[in-house]
This record gives sequence, C-alpha cells and structure tokens, in this order.
Amino acid sequence: MVRFLIRRVALGVFVMFVVTIVVFLIFFVGPGRADVARTLAGRQATPATVALVSHRLLLDRPLTVQYWHFLDGLLHGNLGYSYYHGQPVTTILKQAFPVTLSLALGAAAIWLVVGVLSGVLSAVRSRSIWDRIVTVLALFFYSMPSFVLGLLLLYIFYYQFALHGIHIFPGAGYTYLTADPLKWFEGLVLPWITLALVSAAAYTRLTRGSMLDVMNEDYVRTARSKGLSENRVIYRHALRSALTPVISQFGIDLGVLAGGAVITETVFGMPGLGFTAVHAIQSQDLPVIIGVVIVASAAVVVANILVDTFYAVLDPRVRLH
Amino acid sequence: MALLEVSDLHVSFPTPDGVVQAVRGLSFAAEAGKTLGIVGESGSGKSVATQTIMGLTRGARVSGQAMFEDKDLLAMDQKALRSVRGDEVGMIFQDPLSSLHPYYRVGWQIVEMIRNNHKDISKAKAKARAVELLGLVGIPQPDRRVDDFPHQFSGGMRQRAMIAMAMSLNPKLLIADEPTTALDVTVQAQVLQVMRRLQEEFGTAIILITHDLGVVAEVADDVVVMYAGSAMEKADRYEIFGASHHPYTEGLLQSLPAYGGVRERLHPIPGQPPSLINLPGGCPFHPRCPYVMDRCRIEEPPLFEVGGNPTHTSACWLTLDLVERTALRDKVVGGQLPSPSRP
Ligand SMILES: Nc1ncnc2c1ncn2[C@@H]1O[C@H](COP(=O)(O)OP(=O)(O)OP(=O)(O)O)[C@@H](O)[C@H]1O
Ligand code: SF4
Ligand SMILES: [Mg+2]
Repeated sequence: MVRFLIRRVALGVFVMFVVTIVVFLIFFVGPGRADVARTLAGRQATPATVALVSHRLLLDRPLTVQYWHFLDGLLHGNLGYSYYHGQPVTTILKQAFPVTLSLALGAAAIWLVVGVLSGVLSAVRSRSIWDRIVTVLALFFYSMPSFVLGLLLLYIFYYQFALHGIHIFPGAGYTYLTADPLKWFEGLVLPWITLALVSAAAYTRLTRGSMLDVMNEDYVRTARSKGLSENRVIYRHALRSALTPVISQFGIDLGVLAGGAVITETVFGMPGLGFTAVHAIQSQDLPVIIGVVIVASAAVVVANILVDTFYAVLDPRVRLH
Repeated sequence: MALLEVSDLHVSFPTPDGVVQAVRGLSFAAEAGKTLGIVGESGSGKSVATQTIMGLTRGARVSGQAMFEDKDLLAMDQKALRSVRGDEVGMIFQDPLSSLHPYYRVGWQIVEMIRNNHKDISKAKAKARAVELLGLVGIPQPDRRVDDFPHQFSGGMRQRAMIAMAMSLNPKLLIADEPTTALDVTVQAQVLQVMRRLQEEFGTAIILITHDLGVVAEVADDVVVMYAGSAMEKADRYEIFGASHHPYTEGLLQSLPAYGGVRERLHPIPGQPPSLINLPGGCPFHPRCPYVMDRCRIEEPPLFEVGGNPTHTSACWLTLDLVERTALRDKVVGGQLPSPSRP
C-alpha cells in the first residue's frame, strides 16, 4: 500500500511538472517574447520601456533560465500580480479556492451518494415501478444542460419563493463557511444540486448495470448460502464489487466536475476559481489565468490520487500488485 | 424419516428461446449420517435441483416439495430460509474460483459465516476456528494463509476453503457440488476423508454431486442417476455398480476408466444430451439408447422397481427381471460389463 502511494504521488508530481512546462510554453513562449513585454509594458510604452520589461522578465535570456525562474516563483508561492487589481495572484486564488472547493466537494458527495443509491435501488428492484421512476428521472437530468437546470432552480427556489415572501436561498454570491455556516450552506444548496444531479444521473445507470452484473456472480450466491441478510448481501458483498467501475469512472470524471464548476459558478455568481477564470480571460489578465490553471490542475491531480487510493482500498488485487 | 425429502421437483427457466426444463419431477431423499450421490452428465440439472431447494435459483418457475425435518423449504419465505442456510445446511459450490468474494480475506469470509449465525462467538474465537478449519481441510500454514485473499490461493486451495466454510457450523446437511473436481488425487482423498469425519462425528447428511463415478463408488451410500432433469435410476451403491438396470447408467459405467480393471478403451456414450427446451417425446434417453424400442419413442417410462426391490428403481421400459436384463445386455453390447453381483 505504501509503495502504491509513493508511486501514485511521484506520478502526480511528474504530471504537475508537465503542466508547468505546458503552461509556460503556451503563455510565455507562444505569443512571442516581444508581444508579452509589449502587453505588459502597456499601450503607450516606449521601446526602451519594452526592452526594460523584457529584461526584467528575463525574456532576453535562454528559455531554460526563464522556465527555471517561473518554476522558482511558483514553488515559493509567487505567481505575480493581476494586471487589473494589482493584487497578488495568490491572494486572489486564496479567496476563490475555498468557494470552488466547497462547491465541488459537496456536489461530488451528492453526485456519488444519489447516483449510487438510486442505481442500487434500481438494480435490486429491477423492472419494478421504482426502477422505472429512477430511470425516467435519470434520463431527464442526464439530458439537461447544467446551466438550464441552474437557471430553472433559481427561477423556482429564488424568484418564485421570493414572490411569495420566502427567502431561503440567495440568488447569487457566496458566504464563507468561517463567516456564517448556515448562510454558507443555504447559498450552496442550489449550486450543489445543479452541479451534482446532471452527473449523478449517469452514475445511476452505471451503478445499476454494474450491480445487475455483480448480483449474478457466484460469490453473491455464496453470500446468500451463508444465511446473510439481504441487506448485507447487497451492500457488503455485491455493492463492494459494483463500486469499482463507478469509482474508476469518477476518477475520469473529475475534469467534468471542474468544468461543471465553472458553469455553475457563473450561473450563481459565485466568486470561485471558474468565475475568476472567466473574468480573467475576458480581460486578458494573464497572471490570474495561469494561476487558476495551475491550481485547478493541482486540485485535479490530488483528487485523482485520492480516488485511486480509494480504488486500491476497495480492490485488494490492485493494492497488492 | 429422511432428513431431507424432495418430491416431484420441477424447475424451469423462461428464456427468449423457450422454456428450459432443467428439472422434471425429481424426487430423492437424504438421510442423516449417509451420503447421497447424484451423478449425471453436464447439464442434467444436478446443480439447479440442489440450489433451488435452498432458494438460490433466480428467475425460475418452481414446483414440488422439499421437506427438511418438518418444514417445506420450497414453501418458506426468504427470511425463514436464511435461518436454515449456513447454520443447518452448508453448501459447497461447483466453481471454486468464483465462489469466494475476491475483495475479502479468506479468513474474514469464514468468520462472517460463523458470526452471522452465532452472534455470541467473539471475533478472536471465530478466527481461531477458521484457522482450525483451514488446517482440517489440508491448507498448509493455516494461521498465515487465513489472512490471504482468494486470488492468493490456488484453485484447489479455494475449493478447500469453500469446504471449510460450508462445514464451519457443523450443518445437519452438506450439499457438495463437485467438491473435488479441481483437486489432484491425493488431496481429493484427503477432502473426502474430512467430509466423512464430519459425517461420523455429527451424523451429517451429505449430498454429493459429481460426474465422477469413481468418487461415488468410494463414498456414496445411495445413488441417483440423473439425465435431462429427471432420475433415470435410483439404488444403493452396490446395486448401481453391480446390478444396474438403466441403459444410461450402463453407459456411464462403460465410460469409467478402470471399470472391471482390464479394459483399456473407454466407451463414452455416443450422441449429445437433448435440448431441454425441445425434449424428445417418450424416454428422454431414446435417441442415444442402444436398446431403443417403439414404445420408448412414444411413452415416457416412470420409475419401476427392479427385481422386486423397493429401493432400486429405474425409468426404463426394459424387462425388470435382472437375469433377463443381463442376458439382453450380453446380446446387445457384447458382455462388456461384468455380470451383476454384490461386491
Ligand atoms: N438461469 C438459467 N437460465 C436458463 N437456463 C439455465 C439457467 N440455469 C441453468 N440452466 C440450464 O439448466 C440446465 C441444468 O443446469 P445445471 O447447472 O443444473 O447442470 P449440472 O447437472 O449441474 O451440470 P454440470 O455437471 O455441468 O454442473 C442446463 O441446461 C442449463 O443450461
Ligand atoms: S426406455 Fe427405452 S429408450 Fe429409454 S432407456 Fe429404456 S430402453 Fe432405452
Ligand atoms: Mg453443476
């Protein structure tokens, strides 16, 4: 297990290394050195100023030196300053990250729990009325784009509620957990549902199929022959194996989660990483874009390691080889 | 009265191609302290019949009776069946490779079995019992192997682990489906020995399913020969090997390697078992039977007493007098079988 973890972390570090190279090449080398310096120096800059900026940014030095400098700054938590707010990029990210983390973790939890439990129900009561209801709901949410679902939820639970004098869910914004836990929760309910349900629907189908396969396995029959209760047979024996493909799919879908977070944050006006990135792109705020890309990549890499570790805990055959 | 008395068991599976009639009117009895051997070619319904009795067949139409002590297992709900499974009836399944859960340690699976039925036994005690059981079925270094996962066991070891698990609660009835197929001869003898010891100590009734007549000759007290979902012949071991009546039993005996000790060539039964969706009319064995008569193609024979012996029955239209039957056998198949005699 320890060897497995070391291998996974080493792979993660390598992936991040590749990400920094790619980011570096795209943002610093791609547009041409002169362009970067000119952009940074401003519209009215004289050639001398541009040359100075160029020198300061090491743009007149070899690529390897430049990259080393970039990496060095990164490792010391220095990502430069926003062109527009003049704030350090790290400060901006520190404010945005908890927002996205709250959104993503909560949504992932709902996504998995709802997806897996409805899938189990659907499989165990296969072809019953429950199976049909779950299937129809799953298809409904599966075919719905998340921004439509988000706007629909806002219309009903914010706008219509407000018309009737009910104010439970805020229409936009974000309250930090440390500031007011209840408000934090209320503000996140609709975004969580928006982000979770669309993906959960796919997991209902995935879990259902996986459970139906596993329920026919010989070892499930063995479990029954031992006189175990039906719940124990389903959850301890069948679901344990049926979860494996679900978890590995979840590892693949972490990127989907990140993408969905961008849309959800935009719909609900939440100042998270996605929201920040959208604004930074619109205003060409290069350092902020780079910061978001790197933090988001790191988050996906770490989440992937966690998912893989969980996968290994589930399946001893992975763990031991 | 027998511990388990199955009567007129029918099991069929509706499938898109038609209804598979896996078991058709099967009756048999298993008695405390005795071993019942069920033999028959692949697909004859041995596994389906025994699993259905324990409520483990999914998606089947079932009818008949299975009296276990004074309760009908086929009329019980799942909850009542659960208290019989494991505790009173232990089951060893045919495929040892897939019958253990791949994600749980072998010892854990045995401990689960013990503690599920006896909540008062501590974890440590149950584990000690698991180690003891694994040792009993001949797993080397059981105290270490108890913590292995099934994939770390060989096929034969997994089969023995299954046997250890099924026997862990000293059940009244042990249903063993091909328990020795994956084992080499010495281990096979060892495993049969362990089962016999359990039987002697606790008076366990054993149902042993196999297509190896050699195993039957070694351990079975009574034998049911199955073909296409029904019993062709039922008798005690001596009658089956010494004075069989049914042509199908005869075919099985002829395909036994060392039978009679001198023959070198094996005689597998020509032809294939019938489709269970479209059974041939009349005797189900008639397309392969060297003795086939006109009547066999039209009327299905019920079980008749052979030679006036109520414990020996055969579902065949041939003469029931054993002396005449032997004379006929000599004429048709050329005296390849020894004449009936009690060993
Ligand atoms: N779920 C099912 N659906 C349809 N047919 C089935 C099902 N289960 C079993 N059968 C059929 O029932 C018949 C009897 O099967 P069974 O497993 O009892 O044979 P068997 O005597 O145990 O053979 P073997 O020696 O190969 O184990 C077979 O023809 C099989 O194809
Ligand atoms: S009834 Fe006829 S076909 Fe069937 S086994 Fe007897 S002789 Fe052969
Ligand atoms: Mg079988």
